[in-house]
Amino acid sequence: MDQGIITAIRIVPLEHYIVLSFLLFSIGVAGVVFRRNTIIILMCLELMFNSVNLLLTAFSAYHSDPRAQVFVFFIMLVAAAEVTVGLAILVMMKRNVDSVDVNQLNRLKG
Amino acid sequence: MLALFYLFAAISVISAFIVVSARSPINSVIALVVCFLSIAGHYVLLNAQFLAMVHIIVYTGAIMVLFLFVIMLLNLNKATEPMKSLGTRVAAVLAGGLFFITLIAAIRHGISITPANEFDPGVGLVRSVGMSLFNEFLLPFEVSSVLFLSAMVGVVMLGKKEPALRTVTLPVEPLTEAELERRKA
Amino acid sequence: MNSDLLAILVPVLPLVGAIILAAMRRKLSATIAGSLATALIASSFVASIVLFLGFDASTGGRTVQILDWINVGGMNIPLALRIDALSLTMMLIVTGIGSLIHLYSIGYMHDDERAPTFFAQLNLFSFAMLMLVMGSNFLITFIGWEGVGLCSYLLIGFWYTKPDYNYAARKAFVMNRIGDVGMVLGMVLLFQRFGTLEYASIMDMATGGMDDPLMIAATLFLFIGATGKSAQLPLFTWLPDAMAGPTPVSALIHAATMVTAGIFLIVRSSVLFELAPFTKDIILWTGTATALIAASVGLFQNDIKKVLAYSTVSQLGYMFVALGMGAYSAAMFHVTTHAFFKALLFLGAGSVIHALGGEQDIRKMGGLKGSIKITFITFFVGTIAISGLPLMSGFFSKDLIMAYGFQRSPVLFGLLLFGALLTTFYMFRLLFLVFYGTYRGKAHPHESPLTMTVPLMILAVLSVIGGLLDLPHLFGGHEPMKHFLETAAEAIRYENLELSASTEWVLMGLTTVLVFATIAFAFGRFAKRTTLEGAEADMPFFKRLIAQRWRLDELYAALFERPYGWLSTHLFSTVERRLMVPVMNGVGEAALAMGAVVRKLQTGNTSFHLLAMLFGMIIFLLITLLSN
Repeated sequence: MDQGIITAIRIVPLEHYIVLSFLLFSIGVAGVVFRRNTIIILMCLELMFNSVNLLLTAFSAYHSDPRAQVFVFFIMLVAAAEVTVGLAILVMMKRNVDSVDVNQLNRLKG
Repeated sequence: MLALFYLFAAISVISAFIVVSARSPINSVIALVVCFLSIAGHYVLLNAQFLAMVHIIVYTGAIMVLFLFVIMLLNLNKATEPMKSLGTRVAAVLAGGLFFITLIAAIRHGISITPANEFDPGVGLVRSVGMSLFNEFLLPFEVSSVLFLSAMVGVVMLGKKEPALRTVTLPVEPLTEAELERRKA
Repeated sequence: MNSDLLAILVPVLPLVGAIILAAMRRKLSATIAGSLATALIASSFVASIVLFLGFDASTGGRTVQILDWINVGGMNIPLALRIDALSLTMMLIVTGIGSLIHLYSIGYMHDDERAPTFFAQLNLFSFAMLMLVMGSNFLITFIGWEGVGLCSYLLIGFWYTKPDYNYAARKAFVMNRIGDVGMVLGMVLLFQRFGTLEYASIMDMATGGMDDPLMIAATLFLFIGATGKSAQLPLFTWLPDAMAGPTPVSALIHAATMVTAGIFLIVRSSVLFELAPFTKDIILWTGTATALIAASVGLFQNDIKKVLAYSTVSQLGYMFVALGMGAYSAAMFHVTTHAFFKALLFLGAGSVIHALGGEQDIRKMGGLKGSIKITFITFFVGTIAISGLPLMSGFFSKDLIMAYGFQRSPVLFGLLLFGALLTTFYMFRLLFLVFYGTYRGKAHPHESPLTMTVPLMILAVLSVIGGLLDLPHLFGGHEPMKHFLETAAEAIRYENLELSASTEWVLMGLTTVLVFATIAFAFGRFAKRTTLEGAEADMPFFKRLIAQRWRLDELYAALFERPYGWLSTHLFSTVERRLMVPVMNGVGEAALAMGAVVRKLQTGNTSFHLLAMLFGMIIFLLITLLSN
């Protein structure tokens, strides 16, 4: 099985990973733009992060370069920190305007 | 192998779709967890063992649990968002699809598939990632601790409850007509 | 002391004085301010004398560079001073007579509350005039040129509370400016031809045929500049009006220094004018016409200063006649002697005005020779000097010009002689009406203080002995001034009077006899007068025209001032109000309107912004796609 997995890396063509990653990314983008619940928006952001991670890992495997995986590691790091802060902001938002609807924050008008 | 890939890919895409379109936040969270697990499966397929483990621990173990905590804390499990009209949903699909197609088209000509390095199946093993991480990327690794510190401090600051502002109201009587006239003169 | 430093000190000292006096004008008394100003300009005079004594004329002159000023592309114009015979002569005149006038002003402006400002402006004027004469290139001279125009405006309008005086100051400035345009154009043409504005370089490089159109054009433009500054036809009407300023101003600026700037310029560029005989002819006839017209108007003036003003214009005409004949050193000689006696006459007039407590109308004067003796004697000396009585300074300089005139054409000599006789007549008319006869006024005449009479006396002495400066061979002299100036202006070498000695004696004799005859005639008419001639309306037409100053001011008003006024009023009401204001307001309103539209994008809706972001990304990707 070990042998099978190792050689599988080059069986799946790289374009497949690219298409998959872009698909997940587009779904994430659509979610961020069209959902009004802040929690959902944050989750779609995470989805976008993950699609990028996947693509980077795929490239790392195909070019046999471990540095891309280190980069993915750092992206995960940052995503964790960002989620923390984002949720804190969400809690504040709920406290102040008593809603998680992102359209309730509309006082920066022209 | 290809079949495994397609399986995992299908699970990812469908669960992503559910994340975006579910009405209740709890459903979205569950779907997202499923999505993450399928992506972990992809990592395993690519022999990125270290990443797969870290992914499960950090994302599904920590981040999604945090999300659930917040949802439970703020009582957001009810579906508060009104149902989007059909037009909006069609627009969403179109926008996403358009974006996807544009992305694909933009990079269509630019991918070189020839591998850059000698094929090394050991890439993705803990040793290989570790060597790269602690040699080349030692400084960013250490600096990331500062990042976390600042994130923690920020969150604590943001989470503090401010003392409520006290307002004082004076009893004010409305002016009578006569008084108004007198003051105008 | 290093003579370069001395040269720089000469203009810098009065500049420092101007700055100090302007800064401390409210804290200084009139006497202290005046003494400081006088001390500074007197120091400049001493420095000029030292430079003069140490100057070796055979070297031709040297340039003292202060700064490398303009050095861009092919244009190199340094801030430099030129010390040569011509500039030294002018420096001595400006600082010497300037010192005397500064001293005189201490007494004259003693009671004026703005006296420190006056002295600051006088010093500033001296600085500008010195830069004018000491500049080593046309541009420095032009800076001084503009500076004296400015100071002239400031000083004429010194008593600015009277609107008439302000009008006179503006008139002087505007007419000067018209001339300045000519000077700038001349400088541009010269730069285009020679690539430099340095006097030394241009005089070396100037060659060429006699019909070079560029040279003719350039010299004509320079001459236009000179007419503005030196009050020739048609730009002379400002000078009589400039008498609105205090008398020391009239003496310094409008008799001795500023008005000679035009002549100085032409002598400086004498080489260029020698290459353009056409321009010289124009200068000649313009000078003649100006001399005669101004002299004729002087006959009928009743303000003591206006008579002297027209006399100045007339004498300037004589100087231009000399220039037009190529007699440059003769013109400079007349500049010097005229500076002496005209300053004397103006200061004397100021003394008379001071004695009578401000009266300037000669119809209200008379019989003052007993009460203000020193003023009378010095004024008398000045009058005989300007009339050209034998052995006075004016005799030598004026007769020299008339001799050159005869050499050119007897008709010209006749005209110049006629002008000289007119001069004698109106000057003696002035003398007799002011000092002889019986007093027709109501004030109590008293002699002026020493600070005023001492300069008068010094100038009187100079007016008498000034002839020695350029004593001709006929009288045993060897024309020291001409030989001195030769070293600075090559063209003077070719300036030669080729009349036989007997012709010269005849001309001089004729002139002198006619002058005495005129004096006798004037004496008979005016010396014993108790009443004055009739009013203007009773005069026959021609006499009335002259009495009304040939109605030139009215002509200029009709030709220039009224159309300009009409044009500006109409431009304001139609073009500005109906066209420009709506356009400019419209631009502002358009900007506001556009802003209002664009502002609608800022809805504040987060999801809208996210959507917009998405669209932006799509567009970028499309651009990437399409550009591949």
